[in-house]
Amino acid sequence: MTNHWVDIKNADLVLIMGGNAAEAHPCGFKWVTEAKANRNAKLIVVDPRFTRSAAVSDYYAPIRAGTDIAFLGGLINYLLTNDKIHHEYVKNYTDFSFLVNNEYKFENGIYSGYNKEKRSYDKSTWGYQKGKDGFVVTDPTLKNPRCVYQLMKAHYSRYTPDMVNNICGTPKDAFLKICEMIAETSRPDKTMTIMYALGWTQHSQGTQMIRTGAMVQLLLGNIGVAGGGMNALRGHSNIQGLTDLGLLSNLLPGYMTLPGDAEQDYDKYIESRAFKPLRPGQMSYWQNYGKFFVSNMKAWFGDAATEKNNWCYDWLPKLDKGYDILQVFENMHNGEVNGYICQGFNPLASAPCKVKVSGSLAKLKYLVIIDPLTTETSEFWQNHGEYNDVDPSKIQTEVFRLPSTCFAEEDGSLVSSSRVLQWHWKATEPPAEAKPDADIIAGIYFKLKDMYKNEGGAFPDPILNLTWKHRQPASPSPEELAKEFSGKALMDVTDPKDKTKVLVKAGDQLNGFAELRDDGSTSCGCWIFAGCWSEKGNLMARRDNSDPFGMGQTLNWAYAWPANRRILYNRASCDLTGKPYDPKRKVIAWDAAAKKWAGSDIPDIRPDAAPEEGVNPFIMNPEGVARFFAIDKMAEGPFPEHYEPMESPIANNPMHPDNPLARSNPAARVFKGDWETFGKADKFPYVATTYRLTEHFHFWTKHVKLNAILQPEQFVEIGEELAKEKGIKGGDHVRVKSNRGFIIAAAVVTKRLKMLTVAGKPVHTVGIPIHWGFLGLAKNGYITNTLTPFVGDANTQTPEFKAFLVDVEKV
Amino acid sequence: MALQSLDIKARSATTTPSPSARETMEVAKLIDISKCIGCKACQVACMEWNDLRDEVGTNVGVYDNPPNLTAESWTVMRYSEVELEANKLEWLIRKDGCMHCADPGCLKACPAPGAIVQYSNGIVDFHQEHCIGCGYCITGCPFDIPRISKKDSKAYKCTLCSDRVAVGMEPACVKTCPTGAIVFGTKDDMIHHAEGRIIDLKSRGYANAGLYDPQGVGGTHVMYVLQHADKPEIYNNLPKNPTISPMVGLWKGITKPLTSFALGLLAVGTLFHYVIKGPNEVSKDIEKEFENES
Amino acid sequence: MNRNPNDLVRYTASERANHWAVGMSFILLALSGLAFFHPAFYPLSLLLGGGVWARILHPFIGVLMALLFVMMFFRFWKLNIITKVDKEWLSRVGEMVNGDDRNMPPAGKYNGGQKVLFWLAAVCMALLLVSGIVIWRVYFSALFPIGVIRLASVAHAAVAAFMIGLIIVHVYAAIWTRGTIRAMLYGTVTRAWAKQHHPAWFRQITGGGK
Repeated sequence: MTNHWVDIKNADLVLIMGGNAAEAHPCGFKWVTEAKANRNAKLIVVDPRFTRSAAVSDYYAPIRAGTDIAFLGGLINYLLTNDKIHHEYVKNYTDFSFLVNNEYKFENGIYSGYNKEKRSYDKSTWGYQKGKDGFVVTDPTLKNPRCVYQLMKAHYSRYTPDMVNNICGTPKDAFLKICEMIAETSRPDKTMTIMYALGWTQHSQGTQMIRTGAMVQLLLGNIGVAGGGMNALRGHSNIQGLTDLGLLSNLLPGYMTLPGDAEQDYDKYIESRAFKPLRPGQMSYWQNYGKFFVSNMKAWFGDAATEKNNWCYDWLPKLDKGYDILQVFENMHNGEVNGYICQGFNPLASAPCKVKVSGSLAKLKYLVIIDPLTTETSEFWQNHGEYNDVDPSKIQTEVFRLPSTCFAEEDGSLVSSSRVLQWHWKATEPPAEAKPDADIIAGIYFKLKDMYKNEGGAFPDPILNLTWKHRQPASPSPEELAKEFSGKALMDVTDPKDKTKVLVKAGDQLNGFAELRDDGSTSCGCWIFAGCWSEKGNLMARRDNSDPFGMGQTLNWAYAWPANRRILYNRASCDLTGKPYDPKRKVIAWDAAAKKWAGSDIPDIRPDAAPEEGVNPFIMNPEGVARFFAIDKMAEGPFPEHYEPMESPIANNPMHPDNPLARSNPAARVFKGDWETFGKADKFPYVATTYRLTEHFHFWTKHVKLNAILQPEQFVEIGEELAKEKGIKGGDHVRVKSNRGFIIAAAVVTKRLKMLTVAGKPVHTVGIPIHWGFLGLAKNGYITNTLTPFVGDANTQTPEFKAFLVDVEKV
Repeated sequence: MALQSLDIKARSATTTPSPSARETMEVAKLIDISKCIGCKACQVACMEWNDLRDEVGTNVGVYDNPPNLTAESWTVMRYSEVELEANKLEWLIRKDGCMHCADPGCLKACPAPGAIVQYSNGIVDFHQEHCIGCGYCITGCPFDIPRISKKDSKAYKCTLCSDRVAVGMEPACVKTCPTGAIVFGTKDDMIHHAEGRIIDLKSRGYANAGLYDPQGVGGTHVMYVLQHADKPEIYNNLPKNPTISPMVGLWKGITKPLTSFALGLLAVGTLFHYVIKGPNEVSKDIEKEFENES
Repeated sequence: MNRNPNDLVRYTASERANHWAVGMSFILLALSGLAFFHPAFYPLSLLLGGGVWARILHPFIGVLMALLFVMMFFRFWKLNIITKVDKEWLSRVGEMVNGDDRNMPPAGKYNGGQKVLFWLAAVCMALLLVSGIVIWRVYFSALFPIGVIRLASVAHAAVAAFMIGLIIVHVYAAIWTRGTIRAMLYGTVTRAWAKQHHPAWFRQITGGGK
């Protein structure tokens, strides 16, 4: 979230699209009802299904699964053609005036630099025109045809309301009504928040969907303001913490990135990430990358990390490619993986294409499961009849199950979608032999260390030299770990302006990432968390909900990263002179007398950066402004373009009907052999989408009696028109099959799934909740991901669970 | 005045007055259907607080689960897909459970003294230790709420968490409701709160928004804010003008003491007949006629 | 034991047993039913072991009574066919109640009043059985819509009250007409009793005799 849960109460308009907050985030959804009840806010829901969120919305429009870019592109077109944008905001705080490289092209659905064989782009033309001073050339008149504004306007002029209707199936009047409602928030005193979740991420072009939503918000001036923002609703606790701490295969803590194969040189590694400002006077905060990185290496390797050995840079793995979940299972499938430690994850149920995952697990020599529950993955080798029809005698994988604790059985912190690190305390002792994950990992670590020490082996250094300063080495405490990622001074940290002034004494906890140094004097396990446990104590454990400004910021409640800031980019809530665009919803303002920024939140700008200095709000970008034109950051192009899902009910992409290359995302990675597993509309005519229900949490709560009572049995949702066509009545059992397998479930026949007309033909949607499996107290069922395709988003490789093709028949 | 008095105002099968020296305020639970997202957290809270665990059932083609009220499910969500206008689908989700009528049909029908009580704060509560399991409460209820347990043949229903209210806490469902669709307080405050909600709903185009507090049962201590108060029946057959059935009135009303009196009169009448008219004996003539034979 | 051979046999042993079985069932049912009927009678439920036992046993006893009554019905229904004489008798019932039976037409084994009671009892029994099954919550109520259950509840209570009244009259008539109770206790009546109260029957079984 750029903003936070409570801040939703400050919105005038809420758009829920690519998510179903009432269903999946009922507690956070409270703030939508607060906005409605107290601000007379309106709620718009755009979804393939009339969801629980839609049930309390003011306006609902249906959309075909996987076509959100077309819808939002049409919205951008509407805003630009009807001049419903926040002019001052886009002019000053975005790249509207930036001139783009003359070589950059977009032709018939493909951007310049495409390599058909590799299914990827050479992005060298996707950049700015730069002046001799190294800064980007701009045209403040916005007349230059190569400026971002003009390019964008041309790009989205193709997304007419008729085209939106043709691709999305959304009725034209509904689409225009929504455009009209959203356009109103271009006024400086009106804001809209966008709430989205996996309905946008789990597509082969999911990242671009989110980007398109963000572009809409920038056009309306709704980023950085109270009641605005792009708000990703995270699912698991602690999935936000997982990404923050860098648990994705290509990340280091705090969104630093692992080096690639070609980056053997430490200085070049730092240089290529410590971006220099692209416009004069900008903060370009990643310039401090070296400080974050060195402090991180000191946290990991302690005294072993020295300037001489480049802070152990050589000990880091250098990636030849991403090792996302799809890639790892592809490798496993190809017999390239011997062992798999599976911690808090149930890939047999959670990863796409069950048959491939199951076959892959069967090729392992050993599988270690660290989980509080028995999971489908841990029992993948057991025959469970129709639900898991495998032959255990043919599976040689040795499975170890290590029972771990649940969140309520340990102290620790969780990071919410609001980026708030909140400490929690153990409620009960873990049962039987269950141990905290840290203890289990410690056990494995010491075993490995002993083996390396006694038996040697290739490259033992990182294991042997890992810092492990815990009072009970076999049981690192959550407090020690929290203090480690918050950071401490290894030597006295002094003020760079006045070396005699000591900011933090050696051995003390740091107050924030501003105190990090790249000379080895500080240690910090996750720079964005810095300060959450300072000398003032554990700030994550604070429970003061006082709200002096009535804005819901509650700065003394737990601790938000970064720097306890609750609304990111909040400098953008003020005009160039530092006055809030909407004084009634003041987040921060420039106090000329005190010469500092202040307000209800921590300013997201150097606190003493006077407006005249021209320091722009988007301090993480070297441009200082937000980007409509993504330069080389995205895999499939600088402007989001609609591509069909990998499995689409229509023959071509209506945007580019004569270019088969641009039918689906041209940069999406598809493994050899997986093309054949994709189904076609002749055999699988219906669009399927998978989702969660409020009654269950993933695959866990089917083990809980209460939840099993509330949703006992696997079902699929089918619209009345399709049900009539197929002779299916509510409660009948139906077989839903894709080109990868089938499931059988009870049918819920509903008015909430309407037939759509897409590209002139009727398209039905089948809704498939995910929660069932062959274990637990709820009635056993099929794993939904039996059906889903083995393909992901081109940038994140998040699997395309939200749009694929199936057929349905009555059993 | 406190909400939490458990003074008893009315008691089933009891003809003498209950203690009434103290005055307490009436409470009410207000369910705002326009805010309800149907998450069923209230069902879970109810099961947890009251230690109830119904069976793990099946899917019968709807979201409703358990599909009906049972002795172990005191509240269930009922989902209705309604299209009052073309292309304007509404998914109306109503939390069903005891309405805690001011004039409770269950209490009126109950033959077991003290099995059903009404507290002075308006809560209608079943005391299972006095319940004989006849099911008359079901017959008396205009909302089809009470259920007889298969385990013990006692009647059960929502208690409005009288045990929580008794110690100054709100009912469990109110406490857990994530969107504030369920609120609790004095009946007056809840009516006031509802008025605000109705103004809001009218401003959003629900011209017939209104409060459901049916006077046919003397008003209720569980009330609904409805988007379409003119059509309560679209909310999964919420009765439009619920009253205690005239049959129940006939069965349990004034006819009972009158009939009892009449039967008593008849019995006493026979005695007086005997005394006044004397026994119907064989006449002396006939008696004499046969005396000689023996 | 019958020590007076002149007495007339009015009821066989099995008829008497049948009657008293119905009678005892009825008393239990009436008392337990009254307990549910009005709070004033609730303590009567203790006769069957308290409210819950009363609720459990009442319907079973009811079914038993219905079965026994069916047996009794088939024993006696032919004797209870209403004739012209009975109608005459009934038209003069006021005189009878007033203690003046001089003008009453000669009654057969049963007089008109007894016959009417027989048929009313039969109708009440049928209604009680049907309505009782509808409101038998444990086994049957789920099969009926609430409106039918409510109607049955009213019907059951009303018919039962009526029948209690009927049985009060029946019992009193037996007490009032001296020498009657022994007919149901020992099976016999005196010849004088028979000639007095049921002259036509007396003629029929004594062949005119005295």
